[in-house]
Amino acid sequence: MLHWLGKGLTTGIKSSAYPASPDKNPGVTPGRPVATRMGPDMSQFVADRCPGHCFTPRANGVDVDYRTCILCNRCRRDTPAVVHWEEGYEWGVQMSAQSVHERLNSAFGRSLHIRFVDAGACGACMSEARLLNNPYYNMHRLGFFTTATPRQADILLVAGPLSDAMREPLRQTYDAMPEPKRVVAMGVCAISGGIFGKSFASAGGIAECIPVDVVVSGCPPPPLAILHGLLLVVNRVPPSSLASALDAESGP
Amino acid sequence: MELDYGRETWIVECPPGRLRDIAQWLRNDLGYSFGSLVVEQVAAGWEVTYLFPESTGKGWIYLVVRLKEGDDTLPSISDLVYAADWPEREAEDLFGLHFSGHPKLGEFVLHEHWPEGVNPMRREFAASQEAPRGRSPLPLYPSPILEAPGAMALPIGPVFSDFAESAQYILETTGEEMIRVVPRFFYKYRAVEKIAEGKRAEDVLLLAERFSGSSAFAHGLAFCQAIEAISKARVPRRAAQLRCLFAELERLRHHSSHIAAICGSTGLDVAQAQAAIIEEELLRLSCVVAGHRYLFGVMCPGGVSLDLNRHALEEISNRVANLGERLLALHDGLRYSSSFLDRIEEVGVVSTENARAFSLVGPLARASGLSEDFRVLFPYAGYERLKVQVATEEEGDGYARLRVLFREATESIRLIRELAASLVDGEVRAPVEPKPGVGLGTVEAPIGAALHWVRLNEEGRVVRYRVESPSFRNWLGFRIALEGFGFQDFPIILATFGLSNAECDR
Repeated sequence: MLHWLGKGLTTGIKSSAYPASPDKNPGVTPGRPVATRMGPDMSQFVADRCPGHCFTPRANGVDVDYRTCILCNRCRRDTPAVVHWEEGYEWGVQMSAQSVHERLNSAFGRSLHIRFVDAGACGACMSEARLLNNPYYNMHRLGFFTTATPRQADILLVAGPLSDAMREPLRQTYDAMPEPKRVVAMGVCAISGGIFGKSFASAGGIAECIPVDVVVSGCPPPPLAILHGLLLVVNRVPPSSLASALDAESGP
Repeated sequence: MELDYGRETWIVECPPGRLRDIAQWLRNDLGYSFGSLVVEQVAAGWEVTYLFPESTGKGWIYLVVRLKEGDDTLPSISDLVYAADWPEREAEDLFGLHFSGHPKLGEFVLHEHWPEGVNPMRREFAASQEAPRGRSPLPLYPSPILEAPGAMALPIGPVFSDFAESAQYILETTGEEMIRVVPRFFYKYRAVEKIAEGKRAEDVLLLAERFSGSSAFAHGLAFCQAIEAISKARVPRRAAQLRCLFAELERLRHHSSHIAAICGSTGLDVAQAQAAIIEEELLRLSCVVAGHRYLFGVMCPGGVSLDLNRHALEEISNRVANLGERLLALHDGLRYSSSFLDRIEEVGVVSTENARAFSLVGPLARASGLSEDFRVLFPYAGYERLKVQVATEEEGDGYARLRVLFREATESIRLIRELAASLVDGEVRAPVEPKPGVGLGTVEAPIGAALHWVRLNEEGRVVRYRVESPSFRNWLGFRIALEGFGFQDFPIILATFGLSNAECDR
């Protein structure tokens, strides 16, 4: 056992500095397309080619719908330098007015217990969620823990498009949690059904079954994006929105 | 006979009455393994194709059984070919075919709340409709089948305390020992095969990559191989080499993650952290060179969608060499940790006979003494030039599985470095003209052999997409590894199997 003690000590601290300072290490995020200014012909062309129909063509450019973007990379590869990509990972967004005003009591905001439900997620979302416990991301340093029972959970973290057989277990888990409770939907599948869409086997997002407070887009969202979503629940990072960046900016 | 990726395929029409004899002859006398069972609804009724690969790589036999419309019964072969058990149950649930002689049909993919007689894979069932509601869901606490004093059934799942995939295991016991284990899967059934129908190949590729994200590249590769087999497209040599390189990078990452899970299941946190650090570094490396941490979007029909420059190749080569040394150091540390070995040695044993009888695949089968590996048996993407060394162990216990993982990871590092140094110049993508027809793509995914069967129509749209995944096959053998061991061994055996429910349930 001395071997492992020594190994642990000599490995040193690997944890990311986020959210105290941004994590700029290469490879922590795949990036994502952002609303880009372009001519109307080009914006229609870009929108037509997107397999997930994530771009909305506007007079002055294209808007991106992060609820459906599955990061297929095709806009980046097939029409290079037309659609801009950002390297960020702060992809969490509040969905309900309630979660903005009525937050979890700040006294408990630094020790929160998470219950995770896999509602049909592919291995990638599973793996990124698991990596929250990895030395690099280490959610314990921010006061987040997983719990063995929904009775002690403050946050329900859900991935997957909500397969038919998981409706009942998800609802029961949600019902078993005490108030106040918050739901975080991670990955586009949990938000909109993603690539699986809406069918007899997939509900097309967990909002069909339980109320969602925060969504984290991405396919899969990298661990830092999930952390951003969790921090958003307890107001430890500034709020963000899905509003169009094209409207916010003025000028050409 | 047709040539299909350098392997011979014989397509044999088989009357339903002779199916059992021929299946038994292929399996017992000629040494064929079981590939998959593909049901297709055709104008005249049903076309059921049984795929049998030869277990030394000589070729494939497709047994085609045709049933007239209205005739939904064919003989079960699951008592002769154990691996056909679950595919038959799946076909019964999804297509409403009846396999006479099968001991347990129904309530497999579609759980109790789904009404009998509604079969979603039939053409007349529209994917977009609401799920029908029949009976009430299963009680949370099932009663045991085991009849003994103090017998009880302990259900575990489908929601777990940590980050685990949805599945339920009903452990029946009279005390300490797991006497009977009933796994209930398909909580994650997303009807991938159904929603693929009617889509264009490049859109189904997105689905092929995303139904099992932890081995996305391998499944994308198998799907693209099927498309290329239909179109008779030739993949440029550089593209084939890059495919091998990415596939090995994914295998290395998958195995690091699997090793971390095994260490974690025994409570050896430092070792788990060491393996998880390696996993994260591989994810970051993948993201830097390919634009996605799980290699989504790298695969495309006819080649790969991006090229790697000399700088990126050197980076990959150096980084994996460094990770290889750290993996070896980790293995050395584990080898001398007796408290760790006590938990995984002689636990969850799958004998060679059982592995062969259930046609298990992948590192799991190789830890039980089988040496089947599609990279060697039916080489694709130029693997025949690479002389892959197949790692096998004899014991079939948890420790044998861990050793196979370490040896395969080391071999992957060797292959990545060899490929990075010997990449030829040229194109990385060839045009692929969609044609009507049927194709089979076979890939050794990180968990084992994956088969993707695709039929395209005249418009180049998918009519039938069938995925036989390694997890689907290997979960069948999970029960035999558990029975007879104690409750405390359950999480460890689960971790040493390292299977994916997303891949199994589809």
